[in-house]
Amino acid sequence: MAYSDEDFQIMDSIIKRYPRPRSAIMPLLHYVQSKAGYVTNEGIEVIAKVLQLEAAEVTAVSTFYTQYKPTPVGEYHVGVCTNTLCAVMGGDAIFASLKDHLGIGNDEVTADGKVSLEHIECNAACDYAPVVMANWEFYDNQTVESAKDLVDSMRAGNPKPPTRGPNKLVTWKEASAVLAGLNDGLAHEGVQAGEPTLLGLKLSKEGK
Amino acid sequence: MTKLAPVLSAHWDEKDSFTLEGYKRHGGYTASAKALAMDPDAVIQLVKDSGLRGRGGAGFPTGMKWGFIPQGDNKDHYLVVNADESEPGTCKDTPLLMANPHVLIEGCIIACHAIRAKHAFIYIRGEVTHVVRRVNQAIEDAYAAGILGNGIDVVLHIGAGAYICGEETALLDSLEGFRGQPRLRPPFPAIAGLYARPTVVNNVESIASVPAIIKNGAEWYQSMGTEKSKGTTLYSLSGHVVNPGQFEAPLGITLREILDLAGGVRPGHKLKFWTPGGSSTPLFTDAHLDTPLDYEGVAAAGSMLGTKALQIFDETTCVVRAVLRWTEFYKHESCGKCTPCREGTWWLVQILRDLEAGKGTEADLAKLLDLCDNIMGRSFCALGDGATSPITSSIKYFRDEYIAHLTHGGCPFDPVASTLFAGAGA
Repeated sequence: MAYSDEDFQIMDSIIKRYPRPRSAIMPLLHYVQSKAGYVTNEGIEVIAKVLQLEAAEVTAVSTFYTQYKPTPVGEYHVGVCTNTLCAVMGGDAIFASLKDHLGIGNDEVTADGKVSLEHIECNAACDYAPVVMANWEFYDNQTVESAKDLVDSMRAGNPKPPTRGPNKLVTWKEASAVLAGLNDGLAHEGVQAGEPTLLGLKLSKEGK
Repeated sequence: MTKLAPVLSAHWDEKDSFTLEGYKRHGGYTASAKALAMDPDAVIQLVKDSGLRGRGGAGFPTGMKWGFIPQGDNKDHYLVVNADESEPGTCKDTPLLMANPHVLIEGCIIACHAIRAKHAFIYIRGEVTHVVRRVNQAIEDAYAAGILGNGIDVVLHIGAGAYICGEETALLDSLEGFRGQPRLRPPFPAIAGLYARPTVVNNVESIASVPAIIKNGAEWYQSMGTEKSKGTTLYSLSGHVVNPGQFEAPLGITLREILDLAGGVRPGHKLKFWTPGGSSTPLFTDAHLDTPLDYEGVAAAGSMLGTKALQIFDETTCVVRAVLRWTEFYKHESCGKCTPCREGTWWLVQILRDLEAGKGTEADLAKLLDLCDNIMGRSFCALGDGATSPITSSIKYFRDEYIAHLTHGGCPFDPVASTLFAGAGA
C-alpha cells in the first residue's frame, strides 16, 4: 500500500508532539499498524524516512515491543490473560477452549482472517478476572462459554461490545489509530467505571 | 465510622465523572489555579509537608523528589507520569484514568509549576484502548478550555506492551524512541532524565493525589494514615474473594478489615496466600491478616507495600503453579540487558517447570534459592529482584507443597477447583 500525502501530514503532526523527532517512533509504529494491520517493511522504511533514521534502528525498536506485530493479526485480536491470578481463576481454561474452538494456536489467525489469539500478561483489571481483551478493549469477568460466544460473534461479523469501552468494538486497525494518539471521538461512550471499581465508594456511602 | 476514605474515587459513581464538566462540578481545576498563584517552592514545601509518598511501589516522598530538581540551571525540565501500569495484580491507575483523567492533568499542571517544567508526558501502557481515548479526550478538552497551552503542555505517549517500561529509566529510553531498557544510576532522572534533562518521574496515583492536597492543605492529608505513611490510597482487591474491587482507605488498614468489607474469601474456602503489592512483593499468608498495610508495617513483616495490589488465593490454588506462572512472566519481560536477570529468570523457569511436573528433586529447592541469591541486587533495575520474591517467600511458607509435587509425581491440585466458574461454593 502506498502512503498518501494525508498519511504524511498525520505522521508530521505526530512528530510535532515531541521536542525531539525520534520520540515519535512508537506512535508512528502504531500508525503503520493502523494502515497495514501490522508492521510491514514498507512501514519501517516510511518511519525511517520521516525520522531520518536507518531502517535497522526502527526495526530494533519495533521488535522490542509485543504490541507491534511482525505478521498480520485478525480483524479482532483476542488476548486472554494467563498471568497467575486470571489463569488460576479461569484464564487457562478460557485460553485452552478458545484454541480448541477456533482451531488455532497462540499467535495464530483464523483462516477467514477474522480472529487472532494471544495469551497476554496482566492487563490491569484483576478485580474483573478472568479478563479477555479484544483489540485491547476490556471484556471483564469472562467464562469459557462467554469467551466462545465472543469469538463467534466476531466471526459472524457482529462482535459483542466491550464491557468497559465504546458501544461497538472497533477493528484492529481502528484501535491502532487510537494507540497512535488519534482521537476517534468515542471517549464519551461506555461506562465511567464498572461495579468493582465503585465498590469501596459504595460501601463508604453506606457508612461501612 | 467508615474505615474507608474516598478522595481520589469520591465522584467515580457519577456517569460523566470523566468529562471536564463532571470534574469541574466538584471544584476541578481550582487547585491548579491556587497553586499557579503560589511560589513554586511553596508548592513543593506543601507537598513535602503533606507526607505524600510515591504510589508506584517504592514509596519515595513525592515532595522530596520534586525538590531534587536543580533550579536556575537554564535547562528544560520535564515531568513524566508513569501510567504504564503492568505489575501483576495492579489495577488502580487504569480505572482511575478511565473514571477521572482530569485529576491527573490538574496534578500535572501543579507539578510542572512546582518543578519549573513546561512539558509533561503521560506514558500510558498501550493495551488499554478506551483509557487512551479518555485521557486523550481530556487533554484535548483541557486545551480547548485554555487550561493547558498557557505555558504548560501535556503530551500523551502510548506504550506498546513491555512491562519493563514501568521502570522509570526504561520508560525514559522508551519515550526517547529507543528499546525500553533501564539505565545505570547515577545519574538519577532528577539530574539527567528525559533527553538528559532534569526530570521527575511520578506514578499516576501520586500526581492525582496532589490537587486534593493543594485544595485541602497538608494538615488535612497528614490527618489520615499512620505515623510515616500519610493520606489515603487505593487498595486493589482481587482473586478468591466474594466482592473484588477498589477500596480507597487511609494507609494502615489491614487485609482483615478490607476482606470484611469485601464479604470475605469466597464461601467454603479459606485464605492461603496473598500479595500485598503485586507479584514482585514477597507473599503473605493468613498469619499477616492484621499487618498494617502501610510502608513500614508491610516492610517490617518481610514484604513491601508496592502497589497495594492485594491478590487473594484460597486453599484450592497450587502455590507452585502460581509461582511458576509469575516466573514465566518475569522471564518473558526481562529486557535482556543484564546477564543475571536474563539468564537467571530463564533457569528459574526451567527448574520450576520440572518441580511442578514432579520431575525435580529436593536439591532443586536449594538450587532455586541459590539462583535467587545470585540474581538479587545484581542488575541495573529491580525486575530480577522482583522475580525472586515469589520464589523465596513461597519456599519459606510452603516448602512442603513443593515436596508434595515430588512425592506425588506431579501437581496434587485440581486446577478446576480454583476457577471462578467451576469452583464457586464447591
